[in-house]
Amino acid sequence: MTPPLSPRHAVLVIARFVLLEAFRSGLPWLALACIAASAGFAAFLAHVALTETRELQATVAAAMLRISAAFLIATYVVTTVAREANDRGLEFALTLPISRSVYYAGKLAGFACVAALLAVSFAAPLLLWAAPAPLGVWVLSLAAETALVAAMGLFFSMALAEVVPAIALTAGLYLLGRSVGAIQAIAAGPLAQQQESALRGSVDALALLLPRLDQATRTEWLVYGLPPASDALGALAGLAIYFALLVGAGLFDFSRRNL
Amino acid sequence: MSSGTRSLSRVPPRVGILLAASLAAQLAWQAWRIPPAPQTADLPPAPPAALLHAASFGELEATARLAMLYLQAYDLRGDNAVPYQHLDYERLIAWLRAIVATDPRSGYALFSAARVYTENPDAAKCRAMLEFLYAEFGGDPDRRWPWLAHAALIAKHRLKDLPLALRYARAIDRQARDPRAPLWAKQMEIFILEDLNELEAAGVVLGGLIASGRITDPAELHFLLARMKRLDQQPAR
Repeated sequence: MTPPLSPRHAVLVIARFVLLEAFRSGLPWLALACIAASAGFAAFLAHVALTETRELQATVAAAMLRISAAFLIATYVVTTVAREANDRGLEFALTLPISRSVYYAGKLAGFACVAALLAVSFAAPLLLWAAPAPLGVWVLSLAAETALVAAMGLFFSMALAEVVPAIALTAGLYLLGRSVGAIQAIAAGPLAQQQESALRGSVDALALLLPRLDQATRTEWLVYGLPPASDALGALAGLAIYFALLVGAGLFDFSRRNL
Repeated sequence: MSSGTRSLSRVPPRVGILLAASLAAQLAWQAWRIPPAPQTADLPPAPPAALLHAASFGELEATARLAMLYLQAYDLRGDNAVPYQHLDYERLIAWLRAIVATDPRSGYALFSAARVYTENPDAAKCRAMLEFLYAEFGGDPDRRWPWLAHAALIAKHRLKDLPLALRYARAIDRQARDPRAPLWAKQMEIFILEDLNELEAAGVVLGGLIASGRITDPAELHFLLARMKRLDQQPAR
């Protein structure tokens, strides 16, 4: 009789199966299509730019690849979890001698690895227009951002067990995280100041609950050079803290749920 | 063909006919459709910079440049009958101002303002664009002096307004501290007062900008050389 797996080993086994499943799905082909579309659009833009051709190509391709990476990982995580739930795979996995936390951690580790691979492959075409050092920081940040999106997708899909609401909430949280800085600036503007300060207060309160994705994976790093180390580290630390928050919330919800 | 697919013979013939007929109809419709008449659309009012910022979802650099391509399309695209000379310059300047505020380090908007939108035979519109360049110059003199230098040349040679050209030249002398700037830019006022014609002055400016490493973009160089060639072919003004 084989001895039961240690929790760490079990996490690695589950993560490995998640990676294997991703490789065998259509995800690599979709990623390739996104890279080709972004590079093709950037090549088209080179013919219409009057100046700053390289910057135009780098910024547009980076913006397209970033949003594509977030969309692909979110939909992949949500649909994978939903399919496993429909196939009763979750119940089967929990009949094995592993805890719910180990199962959740294994799934998340696997999805985070998929996210990191996606980020690295999406950075490859940007080498055409960006210097390697700033691109290195950008890809590190993109890997952290996509891992965070994977954690959002896993949390919502496990909590809701329905595809459309889980994708909608993941997309909503992601887009809010990317625009909350601008929303705060508008709320603090001169027009808004004439109104009650309640508006500004509620926007500031909402911002406390959101990840500051507008500070991460910034395209300006690719065209204007390396950011100050404190900026990049601050952005990565913010992502790490929110990742931990999502893991905590996911484990809390999963632990108390009747299956 | 994957093993999960049945053979073509299993498809009912009428379904195949429907597919082929609808595809043929689509191709025929698109091929024989009458092309739409050219639009005479003027620019819509510019969005506030804060709105552009919010709509960019953090991608300020890409948004600013795509907004410039959108503006560029107003005079370059085939289906718009309004060339940029006839655009509402108040709106155009508001767009350019919002774009500069969205990505202050990009030179695309200021390049277009200096090199494209000042080329307007309407002196009032040209003057408005020059004043926009002058106003924006103050925000980052070390990066933006080449466009104000060009504005000074336009003021001198096209508008024949030497006091205006000298105002711009003095602003460059006083505020720009870019160590890479060529000699003529460091003594802009003297350069403006020299008795050069427009082509000679433009040649000195372009040569200096290339030598100082300010122009590295092939598209920009191609554009500027084409303008020089056109200037060379024009009769003396």
